[in-house]
Amino acid sequence: MSTQQCPERGRIWFEALTGSDGVVECTPRSVRVADAALGGEQTRFIAVVPDTHNRFPRARQGEVGLDEACALAVHVRRAISADRHRARRPIVAIVDVASQAYGSCEELLGIHLACAAAADAYASARLAGHPVIALLVGKAMSGAFLAHGYQANRILALDGPEVMVHAMGKQAAARVTRRSVAELEGLGEKIAPMAYDIHSYARLGLLHKLIEGVNAEAPGQADVERVRAELLAAVVDVRASTPDLASRLASPAARQTRAASIEVRRRLAEQWDAA
Amino acid sequence: MEEIKLDYPARQAVLRRVHVGVVGSGDLEVLLEPSPDLRAHVLITTSVDGYGVIWKHVLDRFFERFEGAASIEINDFGATPGVVMLRLEQAAEALRS
Amino acid sequence: MNGAAARDGRRFLARSSFIEMAARERARAMLDADTFRELLGPFDRIKSPWLPLQGIVAQADDGVVLARGTLDGRPALVAAIESAYQGGSIGEVSGAKIAGALELALGDCKQGRPVLPLLLLETGGVRLQEANLGLAAIAEIHAAIIALRRHVPVVGVVAGTVGCFGGMSMAAALCSRLIVTRQARLGMNGPEVIEQEAGIAELDASDRALIWSLIGGEQRYAVGLADALLEDDAATIAAAVRDAFAQGLPQLERSAQVEHLVRRLACIDPLRPPDANTLRRLWGEGAVN
Repeated sequence: MSTQQCPERGRIWFEALTGSDGVVECTPRSVRVADAALGGEQTRFIAVVPDTHNRFPRARQGEVGLDEACALAVHVRRAISADRHRARRPIVAIVDVASQAYGSCEELLGIHLACAAAADAYASARLAGHPVIALLVGKAMSGAFLAHGYQANRILALDGPEVMVHAMGKQAAARVTRRSVAELEGLGEKIAPMAYDIHSYARLGLLHKLIEGVNAEAPGQADVERVRAELLAAVVDVRASTPDLASRLASPAARQTRAASIEVRRRLAEQWDAA
Repeated sequence: MEEIKLDYPARQAVLRRVHVGVVGSGDLEVLLEPSPDLRAHVLITTSVDGYGVIWKHVLDRFFERFEGAASIEINDFGATPGVVMLRLEQAAEALRS
Repeated sequence: MNGAAARDGRRFLARSSFIEMAARERARAMLDADTFRELLGPFDRIKSPWLPLQGIVAQADDGVVLARGTLDGRPALVAAIESAYQGGSIGEVSGAKIAGALELALGDCKQGRPVLPLLLLETGGVRLQEANLGLAAIAEIHAAIIALRRHVPVVGVVAGTVGCFGGMSMAAALCSRLIVTRQARLGMNGPEVIEQEAGIAELDASDRALIWSLIGGEQRYAVGLADALLEDDAATIAAAVRDAFAQGLPQLERSAQVEHLVRRLACIDPLRPPDANTLRRLWGEGAVN
């Protein structure tokens, strides 16, 4: 099995941002956790990385599998309970996850619950007052992203061709919708939510910040400092606002592209109480 | 996808709104409500192109007996004429009950 | 013996299949009689803005029925997904309807006016024609369920026959209590997707008996991934829903029982994965974990 196919960006950015400081021992090894400084404040950084020796064969390429989702839940919840009576440390999810693990064993063992436990932990951290930031450095796909990052107060993404968000991999999506990959790509150009690239995603208004001009593959010191500054700014922004996901509907891009999401909520509120 | 508009004379006011059906494979939904004038207006959106004549034929038959001044919206996902007529009659029946 | 059979027969005939109901009937069948009041119904015509751009006919309610009413006299909200429309998939509008309604219920709860949220889940997950906006809406549904659960139990029903998959299977797992039937299937990845992604050696999606043994309602109930296993009968399900709410908040939500999950996974050898029956022994009632 070639390791070159494996997404390594999670590891690269985890090491770049933490300097391997404050590493927290973690099982499985595919989940990396560290408490490192961000603007002078202890911050919990969490990444899911490939491990070719993963005990679950379907989770060796950086997928979010049963153990990974479970470990995310454990380490987010440990930060919540440790900070119960003190300042809530920020939590940064470094996101490069190609998919959740696809396997019959995973289904039998309830990977949906494991992923839900991870999403629950992140959302609970957010509600407890931890600023939770998702930093997209590579793929943010489907259930894997729902488990690792999508419950964050703010989503930041590096600008680069390999940084993408989607509900299903291109090949599989083409098969399921009975279209060719080329047709799918053509549709993506016309219909923003169907596109894979991060620029199209930015048009949906869900991103807090698209960080341009950073080398996502091999970041230099200046790149890392730049990203650190953006993370810090996002933490400050979170602390000045409500712990829900309302900001995802408030941006100018959201008001345009997610107009229907806003309209649904507006009219629902009108009808909520009987006339 | 194709849109078809049809108009029919009416003799009776429609007083209620009725919804039946689902835009599922081989099925359709019908939204029937009072029309703003004394005519019936039908707006069909269908997934299958090129069947305008058949749609007109089915609706003509329905309006031989239905006299309500209704605005009817049909959202179709490849229903056969038989299913279309069934859903229209179901809507008319619901209007009476 | 004959008497019992006759009684069973009468009970069977008296049954009203929940599975065969469309979403609107399902929602109505759950609420107290004559309390059903629909929100954003078909005549509000908030349709998918994305499907017509792709030549696909949109349904007037985007496949989600929202209704307010009461359950045993207490204010409730039902969200029912219509599986016959686009496989019950979650698009921008259908997702926003569920998330938005749960957010309003949360607002009421915070002001001391509890609203009981009930989700009738019948969905393949994200609607791929609206991909990223469906995924985003599902994240918002998750967020709303988690926030709401601090005030009232959130109850989910997966009855079949579509089942509940993708990001919405996580929503089912986030429910305080989950009710299933034998016809239900609950899983993260649909069998077809697994076969495509991992090969037919991993899973043969056409082997229906195998699929049901892995992710069917009976198995999910037997290993504690669902709280009640019911017959396909609307009145039985409606009664179980009321029971689920009457029990109040669980001591610890299923998706927050992380240590329990860790212990459960620790006893698994992935290179010799258990079959469905072995897992029942490992995880089922009476097992150590």
